[in-house]
Amino acid sequence: MANTRVYDEDVLIETNGFEDHFHEHHHGDKYQTSFLTHYIFSQDHKIIARQFLITGMFWGLVGAMMSVIFRLQLGFPEESMAWIKPLLGKWITVNEEGFGTLAPEFYYALVTMHGTILVFFVLTAGLSGTFSNLLIPFQVGARDMASPLLNMFSYWFFFLAGVVMFFSLFLSTGPFAGGWTAYPPLSVLPQASSGSGAGMTLWTLSLVLFVVSVLLGGINYVTTVLNMRTKGMSMWRMPLTIWAFFITAILGILSFPVLAAGFFLLMCDRTLGTSFYISEIFVGGQALENVGGSPILYQHLFWFLGHPEVYIIILPAMGLVSEVLSVHARKPIFGYKAMVFSMLAIGFLSFIVWAHHMFMSGVNPFLSNFFVVFTLIIAVPSAVKVFNWITTLYKGNIRFNSASLFAIGFVSMFISGGLTGIFLGNSTLDIQLHDTYFVVAHFHIVMGVAAFFGMFAGVYHWFPRMFGRFMNETMGRVHFWGTLIGAYAVFWPMHYLGMAGVPRRYYSFDNFDTFAHFDGMNKFITIAAMVVFALQVLFVVNFFYSIFKGRVQKTKNPWGATTLEWTAPIDAPHGNWPGKIPAVHRWPYDYGKDGEDFIPQIVPLAEGEKDQGH
Amino acid sequence: MDTGMMEATMQKAPIQYTGKWHPKKFALMLAMGGIIMMFSALTSAYIVRKGAGNWLEFKLPAIFLYNTLVLIMSSVTAHLAYGAFKKEDLLRYRWMTALTFVLGLLFLALQVVGWQQLKAIGVPLDGNPSGSFIYVISGTHAAHILGGLGALFLGLRAAFGPANFSASRKLSIQLVNVYWHFVDVLWIYLIIFFILQ
Ligand code: HEM
Ligand SMILES: [Cu+2]
Repeated sequence: MANTRVYDEDVLIETNGFEDHFHEHHHGDKYQTSFLTHYIFSQDHKIIARQFLITGMFWGLVGAMMSVIFRLQLGFPEESMAWIKPLLGKWITVNEEGFGTLAPEFYYALVTMHGTILVFFVLTAGLSGTFSNLLIPFQVGARDMASPLLNMFSYWFFFLAGVVMFFSLFLSTGPFAGGWTAYPPLSVLPQASSGSGAGMTLWTLSLVLFVVSVLLGGINYVTTVLNMRTKGMSMWRMPLTIWAFFITAILGILSFPVLAAGFFLLMCDRTLGTSFYISEIFVGGQALENVGGSPILYQHLFWFLGHPEVYIIILPAMGLVSEVLSVHARKPIFGYKAMVFSMLAIGFLSFIVWAHHMFMSGVNPFLSNFFVVFTLIIAVPSAVKVFNWITTLYKGNIRFNSASLFAIGFVSMFISGGLTGIFLGNSTLDIQLHDTYFVVAHFHIVMGVAAFFGMFAGVYHWFPRMFGRFMNETMGRVHFWGTLIGAYAVFWPMHYLGMAGVPRRYYSFDNFDTFAHFDGMNKFITIAAMVVFALQVLFVVNFFYSIFKGRVQKTKNPWGATTLEWTAPIDAPHGNWPGKIPAVHRWPYDYGKDGEDFIPQIVPLAEGEKDQGH
Repeated sequence: MDTGMMEATMQKAPIQYTGKWHPKKFALMLAMGGIIMMFSALTSAYIVRKGAGNWLEFKLPAIFLYNTLVLIMSSVTAHLAYGAFKKEDLLRYRWMTALTFVLGLLFLALQVVGWQQLKAIGVPLDGNPSGSFIYVISGTHAAHILGGLGALFLGLRAAFGPANFSASRKLSIQLVNVYWHFVDVLWIYLIIFFILQ
């Protein structure tokens, strides 16, 4: 049994594969007839994945640029901003001495747009849209999604949401400026701030389009995973990536409609004169007629989505990291089933912890206790996952490359940020820490940076699958080490700011002598942020350079992975496999089994051999 | 059976599926799950808000109750239409489909009358949230009925077109009916909710 098996993938697929008579209908595939239907209005999951990725990268750059601008304000308030007047126009006022100041309203708009764009457009659509599309059909062995048409619509609704949001940036009154969570009253009363008028209208419109996109995508992903798996692909033989996308999609289907309901009431308040969220308010010295509303109601509805949303962001990254770590450590993932169950547990718990964002908004302290307990329990499945990743690496034959480095970096970030979550989860500690830079540090490390690391690991690893070439390894490593050190340099000091009570979302601290000694720290953070931004530009350069000039992929399965996406031709046609669909005989983590480096899922079990997945 | 039609559908979805359910039916189930979440959110918001006091009490106009019967009837005719389709009883299938559509329209019209009556008894949309919730929740439900009517309309057009008893037609009817029964049950839930509250 210890002898190395000899097999030819194509022959295996031909002899054992699943005949669905696809190729008989394949002649003159209508999807590949013209440039427009092939690259633009494509229904091919592989193209749609690339559309999500590139659109996400565009938004990533826009969102990151915004953060650099508001970091300049925070780190160097005494420096003139006149030089970015060409870009920001009237939002920079230049006085007689030529000193340029950023308008405070626009500072808030930048912070708000940064959060909205990064959370929804980049880390939801750009991450789970890209990889669910690319990997679900490939890894479960399907020709495409259950409904390629709805899948295409999913992308175009996202695109449209982006167009609307982008347009709102150029309004004369500016985009919405009330924070990515859009709490009332700033979000309800058009007269509350300059961004609360047209800016907020477009913000809601954009996010409603976005919800449609997420639902169309999610329904498709779940249906595909449950209904379109190839012969032999039982649930317990699915790669962890698929489990992650599957659970993510379910979370989305259950939570985004609640957000939509919340927005719906918000729109009624804005346009129809109802009072769901506002009561007895004075604006500019004038009393409004609205009585009987409750802003807390909005917070409940928002965070019922909001908390699952943060897991919608991190679960796909966890799936990608599990796969990348296992492949490059040449070891089966440790505790496969524990990984699945902990993701299920995280998914379930994520629906009953939302009020930990509201400890300080006046909810009943007894109620808070309930949420404290469940919040802290989330640490258990999270710790199980961390333990399993580290154990997977332990004594592994690790191949260090950009993909695996980013996967390891993810684990580091997830630990650092998860630990601070435990501080915040205690409602008593949260009295001090709420709405300070401590929270900013927490969620940027555990969600922002970690999810980006998972995404980068995925892009470096599956780049050949997408473009038939490899990304440049040198640039990749510079990108990794620079970002790892830089991101910690940006966010680590923020813990100290937060513990000292420095509040988040302030335009300037000039009037607070207590915080004066943090000037140096703020400068340091801003410089680090600019360096990290430059490194992301390097990544984008590498990405586009490699699409055209990268090292060409010569073999189908360059990483020696077991999963099905590497059995399809390098330039896989629409339908993925030219002939039969490969059938699956084993779980996806047969690395180093019986002295063999790896055994693909399509290789039948030898006589007497047991499948690990069951 | 119309083989040209079969060819066309196979070209569109040349994909195998392993589950018990047709993927489209399954996708519809998921979409309904999403809709359920949306209405649970709205009704929970109602309960939470009501618990906070300052809540105007009033009696729901009876027309909303009668209207429930209209919707239930349309569900029954939708079911009968499907039965007739399976027996290839063209005439009955056509008229039952048409009746379903008309009853659906009637339901919407009577909802509008209901809203007007609400306003007439001093419960305007922009008054106390207890009234606003009724408008918004029943309005959101009406939007879902409208979507169903759109689908029913396509079914109606097909029913009155050339006789077609193909498998793909059957699937479409099943999908539309499942959704229609769903929005029906959803309304029954909502009306019971309003009455009990
Ligand atoms: C051990 C696990 C975790 C615990 C106990 C925890 C706890 C908390 C708590 C209590 C807050 C509210 C702090 C405040 O506003 O005063 C918070 C904020 C936040 N957490 Fe976590 N967290 C955990 C993991 C995560 C993960 C994995 C993510 C995302 C992937 C995440 C994303 C966020 C975000 C985005 C916010 C801030 C939202 C905002 O106010 O803008 N957390 N966390
Ligand atoms: Cu949370």
